[in-house]
Amino acid sequence: MIESVGQSERVTVVAEHTGSPFTRVLGGVALAGLALVAYLGLVATPREVIMGDAVRILYVHVPVAIGMYVAFSVTALGSVLWLWRRSVFWDVAAGASAEVGVLYTGLTLVTGMLWGRPTWGVYWVWDARLTSTALLFLMFVGYLAVRGIPAERSVRNRRAAVVGLVAFVDVPVVHYSVDWWRSLHQPATISKIDAELDGLMLFTLVVGIATFAAIYLWLVVHRFRVAWLEEQLDAHELAEAVAERRAEAQVPA
Amino acid sequence: MVAAKDLRIEWRSRVVVNQVVPFAAVVLLLFAFAGEPDSGFLRRLAPGLFWIAVLLSALVVLQRSFALEMADGGRDALRVAGVEPAAVFVGKAIAVGAVLVVLEAALALGVTILYDASLTRALPLVLVTCLLATLGVVAPGLILGALASGLRVRETLLPLLFLPVVAPVMIGATRSFEVALATDEGPLGEGWRWCGLLGLFALAYTALGVVLFEPLLEDS
Repeated sequence: MIESVGQSERVTVVAEHTGSPFTRVLGGVALAGLALVAYLGLVATPREVIMGDAVRILYVHVPVAIGMYVAFSVTALGSVLWLWRRSVFWDVAAGASAEVGVLYTGLTLVTGMLWGRPTWGVYWVWDARLTSTALLFLMFVGYLAVRGIPAERSVRNRRAAVVGLVAFVDVPVVHYSVDWWRSLHQPATISKIDAELDGLMLFTLVVGIATFAAIYLWLVVHRFRVAWLEEQLDAHELAEAVAERRAEAQVPA
Repeated sequence: MVAAKDLRIEWRSRVVVNQVVPFAAVVLLLFAFAGEPDSGFLRRLAPGLFWIAVLLSALVVLQRSFALEMADGGRDALRVAGVEPAAVFVGKAIAVGAVLVVLEAALALGVTILYDASLTRALPLVLVTCLLATLGVVAPGLILGALASGLRVRETLLPLLFLPVVAPVMIGATRSFEVALATDEGPLGEGWRWCGLLGLFALAYTALGVVLFEPLLEDS
């Protein structure tokens, strides 16, 4: 039942944790990166001329927003490949990526609102990007809801893949339509981050992007391994139950 | 064939006439309680309220369309009869689409009478918008409806999946109607551009439905 996967996934049912040398290094890099971003973002970089201290939120906001798009792209890719190849690997990968993606989307929204409060004076404006991100968030919450419905594995995988695709196809349309809708009512979009990034600020942003990419990867690998073990456990229990029934059937003979 | 079957069931049971259209009317009435009915508020919001009513009713119609399939093992019967999944999708799309068009006509009458909105100023734009938006609602609705059907949680799951996905239809159709219903004689170009977006959306999801209906009908 269990298809073969890449060589890095040679985990067995008896594994007690989901760490590996690779993820430990990755986790260390991510932690160091976070510390560096915190130092650079809060101490080393200057206040921005127009935004003031609020600019510091962007060192987190922009990286998680990028991570969000990457995560949902991976989910869509996993969905397509599942439909094509029907391998458990891609379903589990799509699910793990979507979980982290929803987390990043939530962070994007929260940091965006925190940035908006001092910049616009309110937490929420019906800005194109904010609105389309909120819709994206809700769509993938729906995706996770579908994954959470207990069902036979192949059925559940199929449903998840379909919802993943339906949601992903919507991303550009939602973005475009919301953008267009707002641009009709207000002359210029106020969400444009047109700060002039000097050397150090740009460097901080790049470190932030790399750090949150590492965190994404770390989380996805761990979530993937947990889900993979769950799959194996299900298959294992099923095999055991079948063996037991067979044994029972043979006794009275 | 599938369309004819669904529409015949619809005609004989008259669920749409007896339940969905009155439901849409209730929605229209409730909107009036959300504000001052006499201040022109309703006329200004008529395009948006019209499409919200359509979306809510579409949800009911979609649930119904798949409840029909599940009730007597209709889906299995279709498969045994050797009907292509893509054909099932197109057939159901035609049937649900036809029901929604009837519903939209009733709602149009409703907003004309209750909200004092005139839909006849730019009739071609209104009709094209309705047609494209209906397709845009039906195509993703059928994909998600087929997916949710047979689940114990379908009543709660379908709205969560369906409504965010059709948000662009809501935006596009509302803006297009706004242009069409505007009391001043503005140009209609903006409305036609929104129709383009609606058409694109409908096309994308119709294509997706034709492809995805095969894996969807395999199970449950």
